[in-house]
Amino acid sequence: MGKTIPLRQLAVGQRARIAKVDAHGELGRRIRDMGLIPGAEVEVVGRAPLRDPVALRLKGFTLSLRNNEADFIAVETDAQPRPQE
Amino acid sequence: MSANVIVALAGNPNSGKTTAFNEYTGSRQHVGNYPGITVEKKEGIARVDGREVRVVDLPGTYSLTAYTQEEVVARRVLVEDRPDVVIDVLNAGALERNLYLAVQLMELGIPVALGLNMIDEARKQGLRIDAARLSQLLGLPVVETVARTGEGLKDLMSAAIAHGDARRGTPWKPLEISYGPDLDPVIARMVERIEAARFLTDKYPARWVALKYLESDEDMRTLGRAAGPLSAELEAMAAEVARHLDATLNSYPEAVIADYRYGYISGVLRQGVLIRHDELSQRLAASDRMDRVLTNRVLGPVIMLAILYGIYEVTFAIGEYPMGWVEAFFGWLNETASAALPDGLLKSLVVSGIIDGVGGVMGFVPLIMLMFMMIAFLEDSGYMARVAYMLDRVFRMFGLHGCSVMPYIVSGGIAGGCAVPGVMAARTLRSPRERLATILTAPFMTCGAKLPVFILFVGVFFAEQQAQAMFALTLLGWGMALIVARLLRSTVIKGESTPFVMELPPYRLPTLRGILIHTWERTWQYIKKAGTVILAISILLWAAMTFPQLPEDKTAAFEEQRAAITAQKEAVEATARQEAGSDASGEAVAEAPAGAADAPAGEPAGEEAADEEENPFDAQLAAIDAAEAAAGLEYSIAGRVGVALESVTKVAGFDWRTNIALVGGFAAKEVIVSTLGTAYSLGEVDAEDAAPLAEQIKADPHWTPAAAAALMVFVLLYAPCFVTVVAIKQESGSWGWAIFSTVFSTILAFGLAVAVYQIGTSMLSGG
Ligand SMILES: Nc1nc2c(ncn2[C@@H]2O[C@H](COP(=O)(O)OP(=O)(O)O)[C@@H](O)[C@H]2O)c(=O)[nH]1
Ligand SMILES: [Mg+2]
Repeated sequence: MGKTIPLRQLAVGQRARIAKVDAHGELGRRIRDMGLIPGAEVEVVGRAPLRDPVALRLKGFTLSLRNNEADFIAVETDAQPRPQE
Repeated sequence: MSANVIVALAGNPNSGKTTAFNEYTGSRQHVGNYPGITVEKKEGIARVDGREVRVVDLPGTYSLTAYTQEEVVARRVLVEDRPDVVIDVLNAGALERNLYLAVQLMELGIPVALGLNMIDEARKQGLRIDAARLSQLLGLPVVETVARTGEGLKDLMSAAIAHGDARRGTPWKPLEISYGPDLDPVIARMVERIEAARFLTDKYPARWVALKYLESDEDMRTLGRAAGPLSAELEAMAAEVARHLDATLNSYPEAVIADYRYGYISGVLRQGVLIRHDELSQRLAASDRMDRVLTNRVLGPVIMLAILYGIYEVTFAIGEYPMGWVEAFFGWLNETASAALPDGLLKSLVVSGIIDGVGGVMGFVPLIMLMFMMIAFLEDSGYMARVAYMLDRVFRMFGLHGCSVMPYIVSGGIAGGCAVPGVMAARTLRSPRERLATILTAPFMTCGAKLPVFILFVGVFFAEQQAQAMFALTLLGWGMALIVARLLRSTVIKGESTPFVMELPPYRLPTLRGILIHTWERTWQYIKKAGTVILAISILLWAAMTFPQLPEDKTAAFEEQRAAITAQKEAVEATARQEAGSDASGEAVAEAPAGAADAPAGEPAGEEAADEEENPFDAQLAAIDAAEAAAGLEYSIAGRVGVALESVTKVAGFDWRTNIALVGGFAAKEVIVSTLGTAYSLGEVDAEDAAPLAEQIKADPHWTPAAAAALMVFVLLYAPCFVTVVAIKQESGSWGWAIFSTVFSTILAFGLAVAVYQIGTSMLSGG
């Protein structure tokens, strides 16, 4: 088991597993509709030129969400970041 | 025998739903709007095995909750129209997420058939899906398809219709998923109560109602409150289990329900349905490589600017030609009608009111077509999502969305655009509040029709700094749009920013057919809807600038002058004919001015006219016509409004002539320069070549640099032209916002114009 950190802190290229989603209401629902639920594996594939939003790879598709929305998601990592760029 | 079958198409955005719909229905489709909202309603007719099938394209959704307008519409169509079968178009490459919607459709109980679309891509990515196994496990037809090529679509439709036929006449059979030890007992109790009271069960399965209460679905609760007292009881039950979940699991019902739904899906997929040969990061490799360049920190924005600028350039450069043809056609129509109809009100109505009004609107059609062709390309290819992704950070500061950039640029963010396609381009925005703020502020940009006004006044008063002045105006447009958007978003369109959570679909090459259909839909909607309202308003504006007509005695005076000139002209011509035998005709013309000098209204026909080939009497007649037109304009309602407003608009430095021109500018900003020309008795003034008007303005002591600057600021920001207003109504779904835009913009523009004029004047007199 790795440590749990906010999704925002993942580096580009780093992978993790979602541990907890704390968002309620509309945001929570949208996040879940997209398959961001505990247990789902994600990889940060990129960040927009201004470092926000972030692009996430899930099973078979790519998703973007803002940093302040990513803050509601806690992830569990085991690997060290493999920073790109 | 051949009963009319209704098939609904559902699916996630970007799953290929529209492509499938187009393949099924071809050109036999109809696009409209659901009443009161801007979600599109698309229907078409398909022929399947000799039967006529009505295909309804539901809006793309990820779920069947009631948070977005799209979801509310999809749900309502399913429940109210009760289609015989729903075809859920899935992106096979992202099966888990796509099945989330499918499971909810199955829980509703409506017959469902699944299309595993984009199976070509999925195969390339090393994914194997056992469709037969999936079909067996879920108990419904599953067919692999490639909507782009049409592969499998026929089979899917036939299987779906057969499935619908088999279930016809029987009640819906909802799928029952276990929601775990905390929720299952509550659901069972709720279902019992709901069934006993027959609460909403005429339309919804009892279990569905229970689930929606647990999910705190506002739409369902509103329905329930109207249906009976059981609603309160169900709400209490939901609240209690929510408290329990919060205390024991630190969770809440909605989240638990979603977890179990996904659990159900992965349980199904694990039973030999899905074989994945690869790892998370190896997939979508080609698209990722493109993204490495196209959304790169440095290259990304540069390429984006180049593409946005390119779109704008191409649209207006190519659009110029067909626009010219349309204008030429209406010009011809105008002349034909002028020649065919006798002078008088009817002619004026037909020519100035109807032909010019409708012609002005139709002139935009080529622009709209080109613009939408390119926007459709960007959308279908997946690039539009990247634009939003890259720009979101900037636009969010102003309460907007990354997708707001497109409407801004098209409206004239690069000077010379047009707000009509600009406002329509805001459809790409899925977030209602951000879309509205964009629609209301996009008209502040420097559209092409405002340019002649700026060129005229900049040329007269700021000739030294022309480029800088024009650039400053463009910047002012951007600044005001963003600031006002921010203002609106914290006042009248207040509210949290809509979550950005958005898919970045892989890059795909769009199909020509898809783009053409999309373009035609938009264009036709514009022609149809705008055409009717705009016709009415142009007649209204015509009337305002025509009535009341000059009283008898005034027109009689002009008539007398004309008669006098005509008599002289005829006399001179007669002498010319007599002398024609011996002398050159040029001499006869040269003699004319001497006689003309005595004519009453003859100032413009001075010495210079004599050098010209044309008959100087005609110039005099034209001057009389122009003077009469000016007098008529001043006498009309628009003119009186202009004069009456002068006492107020003085503060901003506008005289009555300017006021009339600005009223006319509401029809189309192009009209400002020409109306100003009429008011200055110059007759027809070409907006592109307003040299005589520039002379007049230079000579008129009323016009100071401060007054000119104030006018330009006002023209930049005041009420959008009425074609845009109609577009705003269409895109926002209400006249309220269209009127708001008109009034608000005008007040804002006037306030700023006053500030500019007053400060400018005091600076000029002070320094
Ligand atoms: N490779 C592939 N591309 C497809 C398929 N179906 C649709 N597309 C493309 O996917 C993009 C999005 O399709 P569209 O029909 O607009 O999706 P919608 O958002 O569900 O309406 C377009 O560029 C289509 O050409 C398919 O079966 N295979
Ligand atoms: Mg579509």
